[in-house]
Amino acid sequence: MNETKEVKIVENATCTFCGCVCDDMVLKVEGNRIVEAKNACVLGKAWFLNHHIEDRPVALIDGKPASLDAAVERAARILTEARYPVVYGLSDTTCEAQRIAVAIADRIGACVDTTTSVCHGPSGMAFQGVGEVTCSLGEVKNRADLVIFWGSNPAESHPRHMTRYSTMPKGLFVPRGRKDRTVVLVDVRRTKSAPAADIFLQIKPRKDFEALWALRALVKGVRLDDGIEAETGIPLAQLQDLAQRMKSCKFGVLFFGMGLSMTRGKHLNVEAALALARDLNEHTKFYIKPMRGHGNVTGADNVVSWQTGYPFGVSLARGFPRFNPGEFTTADTLARGEADAALIVASDPMANFSQPAREHLARIPYVVLDPKETPTVGHAAVAFTTATYGINTGGTVYRMDDVPLPLRPAFPSPYPSDEEVLRRIEEAIRRFQNN
Amino acid sequence: MPESFILIPGRTSRQGTTLNEGKLKGEYLRETNTVLMNPDDCRRLGLKGGERVRLRSAYGEAEALVEPAKPGELPSGVLFIAYGDTSSRLMGADTHGTGMPDSKGLDVTLEIPPSVLQ
Ligand code: SF4
Repeated sequence: MNETKEVKIVENATCTFCGCVCDDMVLKVEGNRIVEAKNACVLGKAWFLNHHIEDRPVALIDGKPASLDAAVERAARILTEARYPVVYGLSDTTCEAQRIAVAIADRIGACVDTTTSVCHGPSGMAFQGVGEVTCSLGEVKNRADLVIFWGSNPAESHPRHMTRYSTMPKGLFVPRGRKDRTVVLVDVRRTKSAPAADIFLQIKPRKDFEALWALRALVKGVRLDDGIEAETGIPLAQLQDLAQRMKSCKFGVLFFGMGLSMTRGKHLNVEAALALARDLNEHTKFYIKPMRGHGNVTGADNVVSWQTGYPFGVSLARGFPRFNPGEFTTADTLARGEADAALIVASDPMANFSQPAREHLARIPYVVLDPKETPTVGHAAVAFTTATYGINTGGTVYRMDDVPLPLRPAFPSPYPSDEEVLRRIEEAIRRFQNN
Repeated sequence: MPESFILIPGRTSRQGTTLNEGKLKGEYLRETNTVLMNPDDCRRLGLKGGERVRLRSAYGEAEALVEPAKPGELPSGVLFIAYGDTSSRLMGADTHGTGMPDSKGLDVTLEIPPSVLQ
């Protein structure tokens, strides 16, 4: 059969694969496929070009194909009857869907938590302790003459960060682009980002806290001895040089990755970095931002914050929000065997969580929404196949610098959006509760 | 004798691109099940690359393929693996009150099955 497929071009589409949320994509769409993704990096291309409408049932109940209506009823029943439910995930969906998920958590008295807790959750705790001297990526592009990446490998995790925002672009006060900036990389590994840096400091594993405090001391004019090299792996002269550069730059920014937040010390490592950036403002303009991973993980922080007052790990069980990482965070509620049901939106704890947490999740009934088949979908009591955000559905996402951006979908999906499924579950829960 | 290492799980381009092809597909599974080792450590342990080794942490264990890292990429005593099922199996459940298990810089031992060295 000779089918002529409609070809269309979608300009200024938004890539939601990583926290850079590049909104300058030019997509060529043929029927139900994206055949070209201009401006996308290698990850963005894989995201767009591998996307096709999979031939899967719209819903599964206990692994068997089911109608959307039946699955909504069953999901709502599980969540209404639970005594300690958790709502988890949320970083790969729109803000519009996130707000309904939080509303559901509120209605059923759940702990609401996002994948932030297992990426930059400790950074969220550190922001509360120290504060964040923050700026947008637009300011970085136009002003930054010193750019430091610490425990982050943007060449592989955020491939367009350097070219679009932080090191390469020509800006108002850095007219020659890369030539007007100094780029520093601090990491345990000599990663693929190292060739893009002017200075690479190879730090010993788990010594970030010590190195950051050494820099704080040097910035304050405290004398240190050579022993710091044995401790951190970085010679004193290099630390002195970096401290000097940080004090004398016009506009410095430190982007930190999960090398700080996931390593022993976690929020204390991040607090050290935040305090260093704060201290530097006695000398110059200095900013600090986390390198956020998932497309809308920053949106999840924002939505959960404006609905509950806290960014993640929030219990609504008593009818008012309580924040306590370690107690209400999903990695803990599952590993301790506390949760008795879960609603998981666009995330894969069956692959990412610790063994005890996975084992408990496998024992309890849970509901999952995901466009793709994952290990978490495989064990779900109720699984919904949903449309992919940014490719099939519109909505709002937040870039890693807290700038909200609209999505421009490429083509419609036969599957419902996360927002639609969550709205229907919420309605059914309300109905059960009122009866 | 098991050897002690510090394991750093992290992102790679291949993990990111193959993730879009499917988490249950071969390429993704291979990328997230391959551990990189300093080439000097490989030589010392008699590993050429492509061997299956057993990693153990205080919390779990997993098998992985071993490949030599590029010279200079990894210091001796440090291993790297792309995030995925294998790295999660070695991670502890205790989050020390943060919600985040220690997920980078894990203490592991590496054991080479006798069949590999014959
Ligand atoms: S850098 Fe991130 S958001 Fe930008 S195109 Fe690549 S994957 Fe997409």
